[in-house]
Amino acid sequence: MIDDRRVLIILPAWNEEEGLPSVLAEIQRQLPYVDTLVVDDGSTDNTSAVALAAGSAVARLPFNLGVGGAMRCGYRYAKLHGYDIAIQVDADGQHDPSYVPTLLAQLDEVDLVIGARFDGEGDYQVRGPRKWAMSLLSVVLSRIARTRLTDTTSGFRACNRPMIEFFARWYPVEYLGDTIESMVGAARLGFKVRQVPVAMRARTTGRPSASPFRAMVYLARAGLVLLLAMIRRMPEDLKAIAPGTPAYAASKQRAAQQLPVEA
Amino acid sequence: MQLSILTSITGLLVLGYILELLRRQQLREKYAAIWLLIGLLVAPLGFFPDLLDSTAKRLGVASGASLVLFAGFLLILLVSLHLSWEASRLEAETRTLAEDVALIRAHLVAHGGYPASTPRAAAADAIDSEVLS
Repeated sequence: MIDDRRVLIILPAWNEEEGLPSVLAEIQRQLPYVDTLVVDDGSTDNTSAVALAAGSAVARLPFNLGVGGAMRCGYRYAKLHGYDIAIQVDADGQHDPSYVPTLLAQLDEVDLVIGARFDGEGDYQVRGPRKWAMSLLSVVLSRIARTRLTDTTSGFRACNRPMIEFFARWYPVEYLGDTIESMVGAARLGFKVRQVPVAMRARTTGRPSASPFRAMVYLARAGLVLLLAMIRRMPEDLKAIAPGTPAYAASKQRAAQQLPVEA
Repeated sequence: MQLSILTSITGLLVLGYILELLRRQQLREKYAAIWLLIGLLVAPLGFFPDLLDSTAKRLGVASGASLVLFAGFLLILLVSLHLSWEASRLEAETRTLAEDVALIRAHLVAHGGYPASTPRAAAADAIDSEVLS
């Protein structure tokens, strides 16, 4: 709880038994007012067990769906349990929970806040095709969302309740769908997006790929995802909960007044 | 003459196999319809290959063989497109079911004393081991 708003941190986790306990412990220490949900995305290690032992709620998917699948499950959980704010944090420890209040501060004005690296803070460097891909995505997405976006593939984001309800129904599961396409979809329906600068840490587990060939593949796939995201028609039933509709207003209202939602 | 024997037998075998799959309920009607139609079109052609040439001539195609190649290619293309569409739909449905299972299990672990299963137990429970791969 933070000023009467119920906050849920969703951590999509796939075989993260090593890093997860320290990430959860850090969240509990720094943000005692939030609940956590680990979405175990079909792990074959003890991710679920260590998360439960660390005192987190766990939703274990029966098989691996990918980050998008895990996230929609997380947003459905948030909606089901009536949370006002959902924050997505990677389970590998690269997102610093001390930035969560910075993200939350923006949620009064916008629907979706992205924690973006290379926006002043931190020291993350990329070169070559991967950098071109990121610049291309930044330029195009900034235009679509009508706001400055420098780190479009960041998985550190916070949503208000109308955004939770939207993502609970529509969250792409394909490659880069969890970051780029979901943001394009939200922006196209009129949800307000904004980024705040955060510093990211080196991952405690895993390692980013850096080969030029893979960076080229990334560029091509990112372009394709962007193209698909632009030409895909948004389902009609989602337009009914977009900003400017009675459903959106009601959802915001409910968040403000703390009425119980149907379970 | 020999050719028409080969083609007619092939046509009948294909038609018979489709009917048998249908009879054993291995093939849903929506897929069966298209395959039955194809079987019914192909089988008579096996008996009377001349039909093909006359049809080709009427459609303005130079030879029957070209018509078969073109129609066959088009058909396979459409069938595989249809299967891709079905696979996409099935993946979307499976995804929703997986999420439902995860949410219900989370609720039962929190409130109902349902055992929080480990991957090993899940593997033992899984009817199909491929689910975990």
